[in-house]
Amino acid sequence: MTTTYNDFVIRFGNVNGSGSASANGMFPKALFRMGIPVAIRNLFPSNIQGLPTWFEVRVSERGYLGRREGVDIMVAMNAETYREDVESLLPGGYLLHDTSKPLPSVLKRNDIFELGIPISTMLLSEFSDPKQRSLFKNVVYIGALSELLNMEFEVITNMVATQFRGKDALIKPNIHALEIGRQYARDYLPCPLPIQVRRSTAVGERILIDGNTAGALGALYGGATVCAWYPITPSTSLAEAFEKYALKLRVDPDSGDRKFVFMQAEDELSAIGIVIGAAWNGARAFTATSGPGISLMTEFLGLAYFAEIPAVVFDVQRSGPSTGMPTRTQQGDLLAAAYASHGDTKHVLLFPSTPVECFDFGALALDLADRLQTPVIIMSDLELGMNDSLSEPLVWDDARKYDRGKVLDADDLENVEQFGRYLDVDGDGIGYRTYPGTHPEKGSFFTRGTSRDEFARYTESPDAYEQNMQRLLEKWATAATLVPEAEIVSSGQRAAILYYGTSALPMREALDLLAEEGISLDTIRIRGFPFGKEVYEFIARHEFVFVVDQNRDSQMKTLLVTEGALDPAKLIPVIYYAGLSISADTIQSQVSGYFTMRKMPRLKVVKS
Amino acid sequence: MTFVVKPKVHHPLLPVNEIGLTRRDYEGLVSTLCAGCGHDSVSAALVQACAELSIPPHQFAKVSGIGCSSKTPSYFLDKSHGFNSVHGRMPSVATGANLANRKLYCIGVSGDGDSASIGFGQFAHIVRRRINMLYLVDNNGTYGLTKGQFSATNDKGSTSKKGVPNLYDPIDLVCTALQLGASFVARSFSGDKGQLVPLIKAGIMHHGFAFIDVISPCVAFNNHEGSTKSFEYVRNHSGHVVVADYVEVADLDPDYVANHEEITADYAPGTTEDVPMPDGSILRLSKLDKNFDVHDSVAALNYVQQRQEEGEVVTGLLYVDPEASDCHEVLHTVNQPLNALEEADLCPGSDALTAINASFR
Repeated sequence: MTTTYNDFVIRFGNVNGSGSASANGMFPKALFRMGIPVAIRNLFPSNIQGLPTWFEVRVSERGYLGRREGVDIMVAMNAETYREDVESLLPGGYLLHDTSKPLPSVLKRNDIFELGIPISTMLLSEFSDPKQRSLFKNVVYIGALSELLNMEFEVITNMVATQFRGKDALIKPNIHALEIGRQYARDYLPCPLPIQVRRSTAVGERILIDGNTAGALGALYGGATVCAWYPITPSTSLAEAFEKYALKLRVDPDSGDRKFVFMQAEDELSAIGIVIGAAWNGARAFTATSGPGISLMTEFLGLAYFAEIPAVVFDVQRSGPSTGMPTRTQQGDLLAAAYASHGDTKHVLLFPSTPVECFDFGALALDLADRLQTPVIIMSDLELGMNDSLSEPLVWDDARKYDRGKVLDADDLENVEQFGRYLDVDGDGIGYRTYPGTHPEKGSFFTRGTSRDEFARYTESPDAYEQNMQRLLEKWATAATLVPEAEIVSSGQRAAILYYGTSALPMREALDLLAEEGISLDTIRIRGFPFGKEVYEFIARHEFVFVVDQNRDSQMKTLLVTEGALDPAKLIPVIYYAGLSISADTIQSQVSGYFTMRKMPRLKVVKS
Repeated sequence: MTFVVKPKVHHPLLPVNEIGLTRRDYEGLVSTLCAGCGHDSVSAALVQACAELSIPPHQFAKVSGIGCSSKTPSYFLDKSHGFNSVHGRMPSVATGANLANRKLYCIGVSGDGDSASIGFGQFAHIVRRRINMLYLVDNNGTYGLTKGQFSATNDKGSTSKKGVPNLYDPIDLVCTALQLGASFVARSFSGDKGQLVPLIKAGIMHHGFAFIDVISPCVAFNNHEGSTKSFEYVRNHSGHVVVADYVEVADLDPDYVANHEEITADYAPGTTEDVPMPDGSILRLSKLDKNFDVHDSVAALNYVQQRQEEGEVVTGLLYVDPEASDCHEVLHTVNQPLNALEEADLCPGSDALTAINASFR
């Protein structure tokens, strides 16, 4: 059998709350430190202890970071899921399991290789503490894998030393457990396997960070001073990361004074209310939530749209509707977020695909919200938010100034002939605002969700109402010129594929797979809503465009058709929404299937 | 309606306050509420209180929810920013506004529907958060703008205009505020300006969360016989427990100010207790019931409920903690308003980011 390097999928099946997360986490981190690209997916239940959990690592020298169907190595540590874990292996795959109890013969497969290790039995004589025995089971198989896959052992032991710095008593037994596994593999298993790893330079300068942490850092660097939030998976870690870094970076070392407020509200209504109140009063404020939170925030989002108050919302999407699958990913909130609230309401959306974009858009959203005086919603998802991903390093330009938008201070007001909060002085649909307390005589106004004239005076005049609503459309047009442009790769193909967010992860691999079948597509990655003119021009240039959505109802297609008055027949949905992230195989099969069904010509004949 | 513009000129002999402004400088637009509405008396009391405190009008931020009461921030303090937000959600907006700039005087006006029905949750939580503000409820026990439905503060058995009795027990916001840690709690009556104005002044100057429940009859839908929120009922059933008077710094004898800390909390009925306020003024309290202790929130709760059982509406200052801390102190926020911080204060810079990147390798 030929040996392959840095190209496999390994999955760990464990019981939630058994301490597997930290041991499993060492595995991809060690490969990352060997310079090998990894993509990590933590599939966890909505549960704290006892239910099945999986941890999947895709190792890819070519840097394919999307999910790939099928498992090459299964570390099956959970009796409850043993059957499906064995079934998930591709033919020729490896099943690593604890042989302390015999494997039921009904679960045997002839087309896979078994790597049995008597983990529990070995630990019985090594550790007297039953809790340690249980925890170190996970460490033992990491030790065995290091030998089986030819990993650099000292990379792992160094990590253990770093991880338990300050708790030195834990370092020795952890390394001992690693060595037990490593020694057993060396003595009894066919080491190394034909599936191996080796040091690489493919990672380059990239870091391994989750999107939620990166997004929180973006908000921090962007000058957010108020974070009001309500705990909800999968966004919680974003708010908590903001607090963690703010406590490090925004506290006066002498006085202990904090240049931020981190406030856990009683619910999402209150969280967005606090954000809007703070932003109305001139502070940069944001919240982090997920679909159910967006539902609760809709009334306030409508107020902020109509009363023209900045607000930044991170929507780390999960599977809906309702409580749905709270620990599974989806892009199901597009329409709910884009048109959140009653009446004619539209919101600016940003679609990050990578942690570095979570950071960039986190800071940018604060600028855009101030500039446009309206809510800006960053559409992340669980896949991006909660998994560590390879990302370009985060970059900040120290010369950068915050764009606080059109705000008049006391001096400005002295020089303004006539202040009207909603006067469109510059013709971009955006008026000038003032913060409370600015000037003793000038610039005060009344903010309300009811209709008003250009001077913020209550009115039910049909003309004034209509004029105001039309001006909001002017502002919407301005927004289309300010959101990040779509990323386009074009080689003059007649067909194209449009995608956004985490569908970018498997895209390069999907395009490579399609190219092997003679299908070449131009690509466009949407990064903002409202769509810029480049989006409509791109679609106009192509005969048909596949639209990749990780939701059932092709919500991005709906947005395109609605906002651009496009022919729906031209936009071909590519859909996956079952809770995992979309795989390259899924995109390839749906696109390829469409070509086959329509008997479309390909560049070359596919060898059967 | 707002089409009616108040005349700009005013009587040349109108008294001016310490900063040279008259009461007219603290007024708002002409009210669009019904003639005789209790809420307009409350707005007038707010105008008088703010003028007497000599705080520049633009130093206030006014917030409200939705309803008749929540319209009233248009009718006072025209030179301050106001925010008429979402039904029942003023507390969160007020929280955000206060977080952004702790230097402004924040006045929230709400109603019984806004705070005890749709917004009861938000009301409870803003009390817990100790936001430094005056939270004032115009309590009329009814939904005025939708024409006379019962609200959650309406007493059981109190009847609607058509004579239908309310079937449910009331929520008493004063009791809620006492229970959840408000550091200043009072109840008043829109028909008693002499009581209300000093309470508003004390509430504005109080450091911490100040709550005043103002029974403010609805002349259109809840001012009939059988209602326990009518002018007549409240006049005949209210008992004043602690009279609050707000003595300005300017009116104080300097020696008196220097010594006021020594005044003990113990006093006989009919005598006074002086509570120092953050600006150096004095909140002078006269106790009308010798068994009442204005610094004991548990006793106050008990007292209000016992009197309620006897059909009496207790008004006046019910509880005050002059040593209270506010949300910003609890959170250790920097003294400077958050909305005045700039890049140098807020952005950790590229070097810190390089170190953060390194921690993810």
